[in-house]
Amino acid sequence: MNSSIHWFRFASPASFYPLAGRLVPWFAIAAAILAAIGLWVGLVVAPTDAQQGDAYRIIFIHVPAAWMSMFIYVVMAFWCAISLGFNARLAAMLAQALAPTGALFTAIALWTGALWGKPTWGTYWAWDARMTSELILLFLYFGYIALRNAIDDPRRADRASSVLALVGAVNVPIIYFSVKWWNTLHQGASVSLSAAPKMAAIMLTGMLVMTFAAWFYAIAVVLVRTRSIILDRERGAAWISETVG
Amino acid sequence: MSDFLTMGGYGFYVWGSYLVTALLIVIEAVAVCARFKASRRAAADAGRGR
Repeated sequence: MNSSIHWFRFASPASFYPLAGRLVPWFAIAAAILAAIGLWVGLVVAPTDAQQGDAYRIIFIHVPAAWMSMFIYVVMAFWCAISLGFNARLAAMLAQALAPTGALFTAIALWTGALWGKPTWGTYWAWDARMTSELILLFLYFGYIALRNAIDDPRRADRASSVLALVGAVNVPIIYFSVKWWNTLHQGASVSLSAAPKMAAIMLTGMLVMTFAAWFYAIAVVLVRTRSIILDRERGAAWISETVG
Repeated sequence: MSDFLTMGGYGFYVWGSYLVTALLIVIEAVAVCARFKASRRAAADAGRGR
């Protein structure tokens, strides 16, 4: 057993805290560089769309933000399941740290979607299946955060909010497949290589670069927030006094 | 340059998306860093017996 890698070492807040601290600058730098490249590709290099004009440039934010909003929820629900199943403190802290950033990306997806919808569809908002389920996602994030804040004992808050997050996870496949299951306003998935090749390639590049920028940004922010949560929740522990004192 | 700013008549929608997103991201990043500093200060105070 001694030869195995000690993965669980990093499951302890005392080990995770310094590791996260070392990783944050790298993720932040990667996010900044990728965002700069992605913005350059999306706003300068990519040509004006033949049908949508320049309004389509909103998708370089909208699509990555919408992907992140769903992906972060799945990761949050995963850590909630680990926290419930193994009574793991750090898993609950990570879930807690993910929620605000997930809510932020959901809000950005809804906002940019509305601003894209007005010139393209003629309306900022419709009670379309994709849009409504994405709005429910925002309320699930808010509900998770509010439930946590309503319970004083952190361990009880972990359990209650984890159950809420796991029940709410049913909404993610509904968002994802909504454009297939219901034939309402929002169009189907645009990411395919079957469309006009040259356009699609540069557009896809911009979108993917922005997605990776969003990923690294989210990781950096969530790691910093997790460190704050560790400091708040483990306050008084000997290792914290030694680290920050 | 003017084409870039007007975005072919879609400037309000395009820049409304990009600027609000940038603003929200900056606010979150600043808030997260401020919270971390506050948490570290509170932990240091607690360690010294306030």
